[in-house]
Amino acid sequence: MSVVVYTENWEGKFKKASFEAVSYAARTAAQMGTEVIAVVIGGCSDDLSVLGSYGANHVLHYSNSSLDHFNPKSYASVLIDAVNSNSAHGVVLSGSFNGKAIGPLLAVGLKAALITNVSSLPESTAPLRVKRGAFSSKGYVVYESKQEKFVLSIVPNGIGVVEVSVSSNIELKGGFSAPSNSERVSVDMARGAIPLPEAEIVVSGGRGLKGPENWNMVEDLASVLGAGTACSKPVSDMHWRPHSEHVGQTGIAINPNLYIAIGISGAIQHLAGVSNSKTIVVINSDPEAPFFKAADYGIVGDAFDIVPKLTAALKEFKAQN
Amino acid sequence: MKILVCISHVPDTTSKIQFTADGKSLDSTGIQFVINPYDEFALTRALWFKEKLGGSVTVVNVGKANTEPTLRKALAIGADDAIRIDAEPTDGYAVAEELHSLISLEKYDLVLMGRESIDYNGTQVPGMVSALLDWPFINACVGMEVENGIATCIREIDGGKETVKASLPLVVAGQKGLVEEKDLRIPNMRGIMTARTKPLKVVPSVSTIVATQAVQYEKPAGKQACKMVSSDNVKALVDLLHNEAKAI
Repeated sequence: MSVVVYTENWEGKFKKASFEAVSYAARTAAQMGTEVIAVVIGGCSDDLSVLGSYGANHVLHYSNSSLDHFNPKSYASVLIDAVNSNSAHGVVLSGSFNGKAIGPLLAVGLKAALITNVSSLPESTAPLRVKRGAFSSKGYVVYESKQEKFVLSIVPNGIGVVEVSVSSNIELKGGFSAPSNSERVSVDMARGAIPLPEAEIVVSGGRGLKGPENWNMVEDLASVLGAGTACSKPVSDMHWRPHSEHVGQTGIAINPNLYIAIGISGAIQHLAGVSNSKTIVVINSDPEAPFFKAADYGIVGDAFDIVPKLTAALKEFKAQN
Repeated sequence: MKILVCISHVPDTTSKIQFTADGKSLDSTGIQFVINPYDEFALTRALWFKEKLGGSVTVVNVGKANTEPTLRKALAIGADDAIRIDAEPTDGYAVAEELHSLISLEKYDLVLMGRESIDYNGTQVPGMVSALLDWPFINACVGMEVENGIATCIREIDGGKETVKASLPLVVAGQKGLVEEKDLRIPNMRGIMTARTKPLKVVPSVSTIVATQAVQYEKPAGKQACKMVSSDNVKALVDLLHNEAKAI
């Protein structure tokens, strides 16, 4: 028996959320009194033994030309093979876009209980009970598994990692032939951008910024903080910023350590996507903006005055720390 | 092209979410239910496909009789007919099994729905339906064209976009971008009138699986009052973020 964890990599480099998934799997496996098998799929230039630092006892590296890039059906078939050939209890994966694509396929392939959007460690493991976010961050629901096997998809940057020291044995599985029923044509990555679900700090702008030409102010602040940039729904609807930056109920839900909202009033639909941020700073000229009620820190005033001053103060802080 | 659009019946985006006192279910008192916003993108895209390539658009919901106004609204927007699968949608797997059974009988070319519902945020049903049918699956789809039985889809991935090709039939989980917000259709008076006479068929439930069960509903912990910082002293905010929040 064991817990399998999918460690996603992008162009051969592990995603940060993969380490979080391994750490989650290790803590879940410890509750169950069992071990962790980390599965790496496709070519990976990172040292696989790094997964031991998060608690992987075994690493299975499935790699051949049919697995060069992500495909939901073929990647799911690899994980199903890893579960079945090791009689594992279930699978842990990170709720990235790719994780969300394969979770349901695993659930059907394994006839498993799928619990997504998981935001904390299991409350119990027999039966498996775990809390997940629901109602677009307006509530939580504790789910119980009614099947023998489980698939848990965890919220990126939601639970964090615990570093341990486990020496893991690494096994290469080259011969696995993976079926597929769709084909990648091309990939277009946003240049230099930090993917929002992974960003620890996010700086976000709303209609209060008056136009796309003013976004350099947001980008300057983000660059000092090493932050991702985001926007409110009206801003994406008016095409000031791409839809991939829209955070909120019908955009991306994020939970960074720090969220700085500039010129966003804080409509309930926006809060639904950001209210799980650990610290929220709101900068708005309207003292009555509803966002202040959901914020930890607020500044009332003109963003065009405050944001450059904040960027300068942070530059000074970074220089000293 | 014979298209099925799967629709979730969810609390309106502006709803205040409350749970019953025993924490065992959603308290739906005073809540307005609507078509799941993600599914609206799927519905409009389906209507475009029908107008361009011919065919039909059927909408389906897994739910009890109280969800029928939501299906009627989809008919008013332009769907040709509606099906309600008469079951309480307790779990993603059970809903996927209900849809799988319908799709196996009716032989659709394309199954479109939103990537998730805004109530349970499961991101489960579309992928499960595809796996049960063994059809290709495109999640988080932000653009799609069909030509000669081949779908070319753009899907969102972490930090970018991927273009993928697959043969029909397939299952697509869409979001904004599949059509733009401004292109979403709203019912007009003629649509509302004709929706009353369009077919709405009720079919019995077939699924028996119970994969998961919701055992407790909780509200998030309340926030402390917001600390205000003077706009003349942004340095104080930097200090608070460093020393108090430990966020930088």
